[in-house]
Amino acid sequence: MRSGDDSAEEVVRRSFDRLEALQSRYNAFLHRDRDRAFSLARKIDQRRAKGETLAPLAGVPIAVKDNMCTTFGATTCGSRILGSFQSRYNAHVIERLESAGAIVIGKTNLDEFAMGSSTENSAFGPTLNPWDATRVAGGSSGGSCAAVAAGIVPAALGSDTGGSIRLPAAFCGVVGLKPSYGRVSRYGLVAFGSSLDQIGPITTDVRDTALVLGVIAGHDQRDSTSVDQPAPDYLARLDRPLKGLRIGISDEYFGEGLDREVRDAVRAAIDLMSGQGAEVISIHLPHMKYGIACYYLIATAEASSNLARFDGVHYGYRTSRPKDIIDLYESSRGEGFGEEVKRRVMLGTYALSSGYYDAYYLKALKVRTLIKRDFDRAFERVDVIASPVAPTTAFRVGEKSSDPLAMYLSDIYTISANLAGICAISVPCGFDSQGLPIGLQLMGPVFGEENLLAVAHQYQLHTDWHTRTPPRV
Amino acid sequence: MDEAAVRNVARLARLKITDAEAALFTSQLSKVLEYVEQLNEVDTRDVPPTAHPLPVSNVFREDVVRPSLTTEQALHNAPDRRDGFFRVPKVLDQESS
Repeated sequence: MRSGDDSAEEVVRRSFDRLEALQSRYNAFLHRDRDRAFSLARKIDQRRAKGETLAPLAGVPIAVKDNMCTTFGATTCGSRILGSFQSRYNAHVIERLESAGAIVIGKTNLDEFAMGSSTENSAFGPTLNPWDATRVAGGSSGGSCAAVAAGIVPAALGSDTGGSIRLPAAFCGVVGLKPSYGRVSRYGLVAFGSSLDQIGPITTDVRDTALVLGVIAGHDQRDSTSVDQPAPDYLARLDRPLKGLRIGISDEYFGEGLDREVRDAVRAAIDLMSGQGAEVISIHLPHMKYGIACYYLIATAEASSNLARFDGVHYGYRTSRPKDIIDLYESSRGEGFGEEVKRRVMLGTYALSSGYYDAYYLKALKVRTLIKRDFDRAFERVDVIASPVAPTTAFRVGEKSSDPLAMYLSDIYTISANLAGICAISVPCGFDSQGLPIGLQLMGPVFGEENLLAVAHQYQLHTDWHTRTPPRV
Repeated sequence: MDEAAVRNVARLARLKITDAEAALFTSQLSKVLEYVEQLNEVDTRDVPPTAHPLPVSNVFREDVVRPSLTTEQALHNAPDRRDGFFRVPKVLDQESS
């Protein structure tokens, strides 16, 4: 666009054309906003014609996961319980994107309230994988990752509570970053696990990740958990070479249950970085194996509180003939929430209930401290930690949906980063024998995004996995 | 968890569940609870809990009125409303359930 080859209107039109062509195949989107997007695009073209300097993301079409509030379109969180809810304010990240000139073309599909690892828990059908439409896109940010993988938009936003950006990014062969907790404001992100949730960019290229992160990161007074520290220029130090960098590898990420082809691709990635001069150091994260158990007590406890607001009173779905106020709550929630959401709300309620609070919730919080300490200790000796993102590549639709615990175990490598609040990124590092993408996870210390992005960028300079696209349909 | 515990928790969470759901959730939640039992292997004596990954607390602002949602905006998505209020079935004279 800067060179004049393309107008913003052209770029947006191409996005919508591709969106419409692929929507029935992959079901990546829940809403799209043509009129508004074209109107914004035209304004940008007018400004450019006048010779005005353009904002950093001017004219870039972006998709946003439908758990972030927008005043345009609906916000459903992939659930029936929000009905036709239309937010009266925009999430902080939406404001930041739009003042940088980006154009939100639509809201993407997700597991209901971000609870899931496959986007099969959406009330509006699953999102399928652009690399193989019989398989899941991963979750819970499946729609956003599929939209980028399918070439509908160059960037999207997702949210990550236990791996919900990184896992679908790995399954879809795109780049997905979970920033450190507190780095990006959660104002306008519908809360699931308030001490775990973070919004992050999904792109095909780490340079784009750095660009988008720079736009959305920073302090926001409206989110009291957002850190009062300005975001650095993430593009400035991207070219730092791998030589001398210390990469930590922990056995806990390479044990039983890890698919052989995934393991081989991740090890090859580590070897490549070592060949470029990085030092590979063995570290130990002894409490990492308790991550899933910890998470499914803490996240569900927080969710049971956060989802109490969906009661049929103020917005969204209300049951049609409530007997009394209690029935209004019980029936609206019983009819409006999907199965997985109910399971987690109940688990969380149980973990917090009198007589069980100490044994479950409090115990999990203590183990969380130990998980965090393991990472703190490791980062004294290494700059980043490398691991697989998921134990497998994208599984088939329906394969894990009848066994909640099996589904939960997909998050085994990603979940500890949320518990500890550190930053972590998934970058494409190969394909399995079925042609399915494999993701490499790199983790950095809290607010260590600059270094993390530099390592990921260097890896992409020496590989071309991230340039491959799914078979054109 | 047994089914009575599941029904009790559903009541606490204000969730109406069917008989089929009660049976299904009993077995699924029991399996998850069994899995989380492994946390008991960990010695957490003298370990403080981490509720929040960042050392941030008491984030206050000046007690000054700032722009917020108008009544109209707040009522925009109301399923039922009257005179600037959300309307619901009678709340008084309820047996505590």
